[in-house]
Amino acid sequence: MTVIGSSGTPRSSAQTESRDIALEARDLGHAYGGREVLAGVDFQVRRGTFACLVGPSGVGKTTLLRCLSGLQSSTSGSVYVGGDIVNAPMPGVALVFQDYSRSLMPWSSVLHNVMLPLRANGISKQIARAKATRALALVGLDDVAGQMYPWQLSGGMQQRVAIARALAYEPSLLLMDEPFASVDAYTRADLEDLMLTLQRELALTVVLVTHDIDEAVYLSDQVIALNGRPAQVADIVEVPLGSARDQVTTKSTAEFAELRARVHGLVRGSRGKSS
Amino acid sequence: MKRSTLRWPATVALELWLPVLLLALWWFLSARSKSVYFPPLSSILTSFAHDWLNPAGLAKNLLPSLELLGLGFGLAVAGGVIIGVVLGMVPRLEDATRPLLEILRAIPGVALLPIFIVLFGIDVQMKVYLIAFGAFWPVLLNTIDGVRGIEPLLNEVSRVFRFSRVRRLFSIVVPGASPQIFAGARTALAISLIILVVSETVGANGGIGYFLLNAQRSFAINSMWGAIVALGILGYVLNIAFRVIERYALRWHRLQQARLESQP
Repeated sequence: MTVIGSSGTPRSSAQTESRDIALEARDLGHAYGGREVLAGVDFQVRRGTFACLVGPSGVGKTTLLRCLSGLQSSTSGSVYVGGDIVNAPMPGVALVFQDYSRSLMPWSSVLHNVMLPLRANGISKQIARAKATRALALVGLDDVAGQMYPWQLSGGMQQRVAIARALAYEPSLLLMDEPFASVDAYTRADLEDLMLTLQRELALTVVLVTHDIDEAVYLSDQVIALNGRPAQVADIVEVPLGSARDQVTTKSTAEFAELRARVHGLVRGSRGKSS
Repeated sequence: MKRSTLRWPATVALELWLPVLLLALWWFLSARSKSVYFPPLSSILTSFAHDWLNPAGLAKNLLPSLELLGLGFGLAVAGGVIIGVVLGMVPRLEDATRPLLEILRAIPGVALLPIFIVLFGIDVQMKVYLIAFGAFWPVLLNTIDGVRGIEPLLNEVSRVFRFSRVRRLFSIVVPGASPQIFAGARTALAISLIILVVSETVGANGGIGYFLLNAQRSFAINSMWGAIVALGILGYVLNIAFRVIERYALRWHRLQQARLESQP
């Protein structure tokens, strides 16, 4: 069971803000047995923004994301999605896993993989097919790819299928767990740009977990830097790089370098709200 | 996988050369046989044609067997899959029943014939249950393994996207376990055939097992050998039918395996 945070934050303030806040973690903690991996994690993600949770490997990012998605209940504190407390996977929350090859059903065509969550939520076959086809088109996959089995596609294409499956679900919150960690550098850059474009065009709220600081700064409106054992939020860094970003020019600006250095410092352990 | 790349006449030739060679040997070596127990193949085939290759013969000697086989095997597969899915999805229940299952499966199905006669009489019901009992175990155990071996991430996917239990069952659990279910069913089919023949030696007035025993008892040695030929053909045809269904249902699995093998 989740427990309301000991900090005693008044509920009323959360309710007035909940219109703009898509996701909130309040004093979130998690322990496996006696070993604490998360402690007092607090942050908010505004609706329609791109936030990255960044931290070194093994800091508990995946545990945090599992708590946010409702796949796992936290041992203390709470998570709110659109103002509702999360105890189990919530409607309208989609998750893209790191391991695309294992998260897609090998016995179904690409199209059916994308349709399945819609069908499982009571959407008619016809409408599900139309939505799935549109979602596949958004990630650059045509009807031919739709008829193939997922494992007949390259890794990057498979992750596109997983993204399409999440998009077709029309999520109010899209969670992504190291989604580009298993693809090569070129594919990774392509998929990052794809996600940026989709997030802007569809006004998605995206929360992406990564250990890659460049990726976090490049994608985010807001970087939530984690460090420590148990992991805590070191600081939350606003990224005012605008909406038009480019792998080469954005990453070579002084502003980008400065943000990158700042997040790097936070993740490496110089904790505190200094800046 | 190599074989499927050959054209079908080549495949047929590859499968048939040895049986054809052995039949030819049998034909010529037995041609002058005077032994009562090992008659010439030519006379065996004459009896075979007389006993089996006509509507009346098929209706009396084959149809009852097919009926028993269909019911028994069908019951075994249905029961094995349903119970196997339940036990596979509730590991604790499986742990609690495993020792019992291991003991029951170790009993050869045909050894239960006397008990099943006491329990169910000697009619169709007894035979169907006996076949179903013997064929049930490989389906059950393979289904349990298949369900337990399903990619855990797919269960997470089904939770995130809020699948109902029924949806999860039919969209993830059953298709995920289907390669193992088919492997179990294939073994079950072979077992069904064995138990079928044994069960028909009791209280039957038709079917292959009855025909075989009757031929032996009435010293119709040619017919007895003919029945063996018929059994061999039946087993072969059933296996082919099974393979056709499996190839269609597990197309994805076959192609995926082939791909994995071609990419070291």
